[in-house]
Amino acid sequence: MSLRIVVCVKYVPDATGDRHFADDLTVDRDDVDGLLSELDEYAVEQALQIAEEADDAEVTVLTVGPEDAKDALRKALSMGADKAVHVEDDDLHGTDVMGTSLVLAKAIEKTGYDVVIAGMASTDGTMGVLPAILAERLGVPQVTLLSEVSIEDGVVKGRRDGDTASEQLEASLPAVVSVTDQSGEARYPSFKGIMAAKKKPVESLDLSDLDIEADEVGLEGSWTAVDSATERPARTAGTIVKDEGEGGKQLAEFLASQKFI
Amino acid sequence: MAEILVYVDHVDGAVRKPTLELLTLARRIGEPVAVALGNGAADTAAVLAEHGAVKVLTADAPEFAEYLVVPKVDALQAAYEAVSPAAVLVPSSAEGKEIAARLAVRIGSGIITDAVDLEAGDEGPVATQSAFAASFTTKSRVSKGTPVITVKPNSAPVEAAPAAGAVETLAVSFSEKAQGTKIVARTPRESTGRPELTEAAIVVSGGRGVNGAENFAIIEALADSLGAAVGASRAAVDAGWYPHSNQVGQTGKSVSPQLYIASGISGAIQHRAGMQTSKTIVAINKDAEAPIFELVDYGVVGDLFDVVPQLTEEVKSRKG
Repeated sequence: MSLRIVVCVKYVPDATGDRHFADDLTVDRDDVDGLLSELDEYAVEQALQIAEEADDAEVTVLTVGPEDAKDALRKALSMGADKAVHVEDDDLHGTDVMGTSLVLAKAIEKTGYDVVIAGMASTDGTMGVLPAILAERLGVPQVTLLSEVSIEDGVVKGRRDGDTASEQLEASLPAVVSVTDQSGEARYPSFKGIMAAKKKPVESLDLSDLDIEADEVGLEGSWTAVDSATERPARTAGTIVKDEGEGGKQLAEFLASQKFI
Repeated sequence: MAEILVYVDHVDGAVRKPTLELLTLARRIGEPVAVALGNGAADTAAVLAEHGAVKVLTADAPEFAEYLVVPKVDALQAAYEAVSPAAVLVPSSAEGKEIAARLAVRIGSGIITDAVDLEAGDEGPVATQSAFAASFTTKSRVSKGTPVITVKPNSAPVEAAPAAGAVETLAVSFSEKAQGTKIVARTPRESTGRPELTEAAIVVSGGRGVNGAENFAIIEALADSLGAAVGASRAAVDAGWYPHSNQVGQTGKSVSPQLYIASGISGAIQHRAGMQTSKTIVAINKDAEAPIFELVDYGVVGDLFDVVPQLTEEVKSRKG
């Protein structure tokens, strides 16, 4: 029986670019390049490894985002995913995590799945709550923040390294999994993979395909409101000294002046 | 006065510091009612009362230790229904955020994560957050339902404010899904005797420039002289020199101590995202062009193998 894996990925503004907010206090996507969130590459990698271990598996990558978000899907397809689903709708602009998770949950149900895999957090919002919310919405177990993951005989197993303990987890499929950057280095797309990705199917869905009303999502439908976003003032230039043999002592003097010692 | 539900993060009854900070913030917007779950829950009452909890709701059951997250969500929801609070506050640990998020879905509320400050506003609590590697500060509120907000460690001072702290047992009936994810084994993290990274007032971190696992001993020695936690950059963790649990940065832990000392760390955006809100930043690096120097209050351009041991000795002698 085929194992259906859906990987949720996000198209995010490049963290090395000059990221800022637009006038409506949503993330400005026009002035900075976007790309597949680095943390989602680990999710794609684990999905591909699980698929390689399974007798018969299919990896679908799913994203919610504007036209450009197709770039994130193409990257995942060039890594080796089989097909992609892109939810795109003008009414989605400004949707927060509750709305996005609603859209993802409906798209996942429509696509069909045995396991959903996501990264531990996006590199723009960095909330890290989406996988747990998806599990709640889909009514399936969450097996999240895994640094190791495997699926065998309809059971997902993994290791979760927490603040105070490391735990071995186990759940029956269907389930929602999230993986950390410790789960294993993500592969680079090969030239062959990049060429093959161009021929792979990308299904487009809009809100009406998912039976979602416009007022359930978007900036107006958000469950949260951003009232202000201010750029942090540049730090005032600090003191920089060159070590001529007394650097450690000079630093100790500074720490003492600040009452740290 | 409106009641504010505060989720208690504790280890076998020992309340972790971020929860006490949360009580300080909760008092700005109402009267804190604490919810403590699992082994030792009842033992948390005295310290919670001392810090302002008017009531402490406790529950213990094997489910909390045997299954992941959902039993705690069931219990927090039971507390929510019993109290009808004006807001729910949860510490921003990995598990705390997951518990808060699932509760928010269930009660039809919005969620704000990783707040670094909280104040009362006309339309409910207003949360301050850092965005884009701390290059922006935003103020946000929950606009639908009862605000569910998670708060980062070191966001408020711990203040004593004795309150009644009446202990009540919370009745919890677990949902069908509570046993979905079984915890089949748990290995407690070995204590290093140093403060917890995210809670520490001082953090000393090492990066690529430390050049080997064995050399982290000099970073640890400096940390110990200052009573600090030890952090590591992603480069140092990826090289296998220090455990991932100590990684500071976007994919590791985000820290906001009073003092952050970066040794042999260039200051890539990934690292800055995790430490830029530190109050005082100090860096030691051979490369005068390293981007970390743009952030520092005090920087030493020099070899960390010379500077760090000298600093450690100086700290020790000054502390006597």
